[in-house]
Order: sequence, then C-alpha cells, then structure tokens
Amino acid sequence: MSRPNPNYKGSAWDKFTRWAKGTYDPADGRLESTPPEKGPSPGERAEQLLREYDQSRFEEGVAKEVGAFQIVSRIFFVLMALFMVTVLLYTVSFLPAFGDPNSPVNNEVSQRYIEQGLEETGAVNIVAGMILDYRAFDTFGESCVLFVALCCVTILLRADKKEDIRLSAREELEDLSYEPQEDNVLQQAAKLLVPLIIIFGAYVVLNGHISPGGGFSGGAIIGTGLILYLTAFGVRRTRRFMNERVIKTLTVCALTFYCFAKSYSFYTGANHLESIITTGTPGAILSAGLIVYLNICVGIVVACTMYSFYTLFRRGAI
Amino acid sequence: MDLLRIVLLASLIICAISVSLSRNLLTSVVIYMAFSLAMAILWLLLESPDLAITEAAVGAGVTSILFFVTLRKIHSIQTEEEGEDNEQTESEL
Repeated sequence: MSRPNPNYKGSAWDKFTRWAKGTYDPADGRLESTPPEKGPSPGERAEQLLREYDQSRFEEGVAKEVGAFQIVSRIFFVLMALFMVTVLLYTVSFLPAFGDPNSPVNNEVSQRYIEQGLEETGAVNIVAGMILDYRAFDTFGESCVLFVALCCVTILLRADKKEDIRLSAREELEDLSYEPQEDNVLQQAAKLLVPLIIIFGAYVVLNGHISPGGGFSGGAIIGTGLILYLTAFGVRRTRRFMNERVIKTLTVCALTFYCFAKSYSFYTGANHLESIITTGTPGAILSAGLIVYLNICVGIVVACTMYSFYTLFRRGAI
Repeated sequence: MDLLRIVLLASLIICAISVSLSRNLLTSVVIYMAFSLAMAILWLLLESPDLAITEAAVGAGVTSILFFVTLRKIHSIQTEEEGEDNEQTESEL
C-alpha cells in the first residue's frame, strides 16, 4: 500500500490526469476563447431605443383597439342573439296552438291518409304508408341524398394510395394505434350485443309497415351494430364481409331496385292499386305491396352509409 | 304527464344553452347526446314513435359516434394511453 502523496493536488501528474479526463484545460484563463461583445455604437443604440419605444406605443394602441373591438363585438353578439330570439318568439306566437283542430295542417290530405290509408296501401303503420307509397318519390330522393353524401365523404376523406411503402406502413400503424388491441371486455360485450342489435334492426326494418319504425331507423340500428363489431374485432375481420365492393354493390342494387319498382308503380297507374303485388291482408309481414321491399332497400342504403361514414371518418378507407 | 313534458322541454333549453357555453368539445358532444335523448322521449310523448326511434338511433347514436371519432382524430380527446401509443409507434418506426 502506498501512502497518498500530500502534495498530489496541483502536481503535474494530477494536472495531466485531469487534462486527460477533460476537466482541466491548461489554456483556460490565459487564452481569449471568445472575442468580447462589441457594444452597439451610440447611433445604433439610439435607433434601437426609438424602435423599442415605437413598438411599445404600437402594442399599447393595438391592445386598446383589440379590447375596444372585443367589448363592442360582445355587445353586438348579445344584441344580435336577443334580436333573433325576439323575432323567433314573435313568429312562434302566430303559429296555431298545439292540437288545434282548426289549424291549417288538418286539411283533407291528412284526413284522406287517416281514413283510406290502410285500405289503399295495406300498411297498418300509416307513416310507412305515407312515406313509402303516397310520397315514395320523396323517400327515393332522400336515399339518393344519403348516397351522394357517402360519395362526397369518400372523395373528401379517402386516403390516397401511397407509392412509398414506408408511408403507407406508417399510416397503417397510426390506424392500428386507434384500435383497442384485444380488449376482452369489449369483445365479450360485443359478442353478446351485436347479434341482438342487428336482429332488432332487421325486425324494425321488416316490421316497418306494421309497427313504428322502417328503413331509416332500422338501417341506422344495423349500422350501429356493425360499428360496434368493427370497434371490438378490428378492421381485418370486418373487411371479410363488409368491404368496399360489397357496400358499393349493395347500395347501388338497392337504389336501382327502388327506382325501378317505383317507376313501374307510377307507370302502371300511379295510384299504386294496379301493381301486380297485392296489398294483402293488413298486419301480415308480406302485405302492403311494395312497402316491405322498399323498406329493405332503404334499410340497406342507410346501414351501409352509416357504417362507411364511420370507417371513412376513422381511417380514410372502407 | 304534463310535469314530465315541462321538465323535458326545460332540459332541452338547458342543454342547448350549455352546449354553446361549454369549453370542452367532449362535454359538448355528451350534452348533445342528452339533448337527443330528451328529444326522443318528447317525440314518444307526442305520439310519433317512428321519429323517436330515428332520433334515438341517429341523434344519440351514430352522430355522436362520428363526433367522437372526429375529436379523436384531431387529438381533442386526451387519454392516458394516447401518449404511450404515440411513443410506441414512433419507436417502432
């Protein structure tokens, strides 16, 4: 064992080891490592002071103006809202009272719907008879609006096919990070709920002419069930039965069938009594002429639209 | 029944005002769902069950889901997992 040298600190060896470690620089304090900062010349200094003064004056002015603008705009918004509320309330006061028998809505049109609707359309649910028989063209237009909306969302949100593989792989990974990976609770709940939801949706669609419901609400329910399935089990499993081709084919076929069925109905007399499909006995599933089939068409269009809206919003591809 | 109707109508007004006043977008969407639910019950009380079903399915269901997805996409909903997920994807690349 060697004794520690009392003069070690500050010795040449100590300096050498510290220099080797990089904590000591012999040139430190003797060489000028950085040139001294040149102060601005008096003229520049004065200009800078002037500029700072102008800036602060300018900012003060801006703050004053913005503050004044904010106060004025708030007052303006409140006045505008009060004005709109007054106008709307004033207009509402001219509407007929709720349930007034003499209101202009209760005319011969609704009377005819109520009195002869069941006889003429065969639908127990008068609403279904109205929207899919008397006013079936309106409903056709609405279904087409949904289809056009789907096309627009596809054009806007669809992710382009990347030529670079790395880019597409990166996007795929980002998409995957949104998915719950093998969430057991969600999957078990979905296993239980999805069949029930879809069966309920199908019931609402098929029973649209007998009980409340119909294509729009039933289709929305089926679409929600599909969305739940997608969130629980991921895209790969859902794509096996709901891919872009299936959705395109289903939607276009449903709309075309709707168009031809209704055109035929209008061609053969337009009062819907002469078509080959009879109205049947009211209350049966296969009754009410075309209404059942039209309901199914509308349901398919709505379900596909809801599902593809979700997938397009989420990952930019169906 | 009248009391229920009044309560539901009042809740509609409260929801409509609080949606515009709430600063958090997620809260707004949830209040919007509550609005749709009250509206669905009101349709039922007005004896139009067709509209009630549609309102419940579209208003409270599908529209809110689309809102949630959009909020998630624009990173308006901050979750605890999100930061870890982002780090994971970055480290994997």
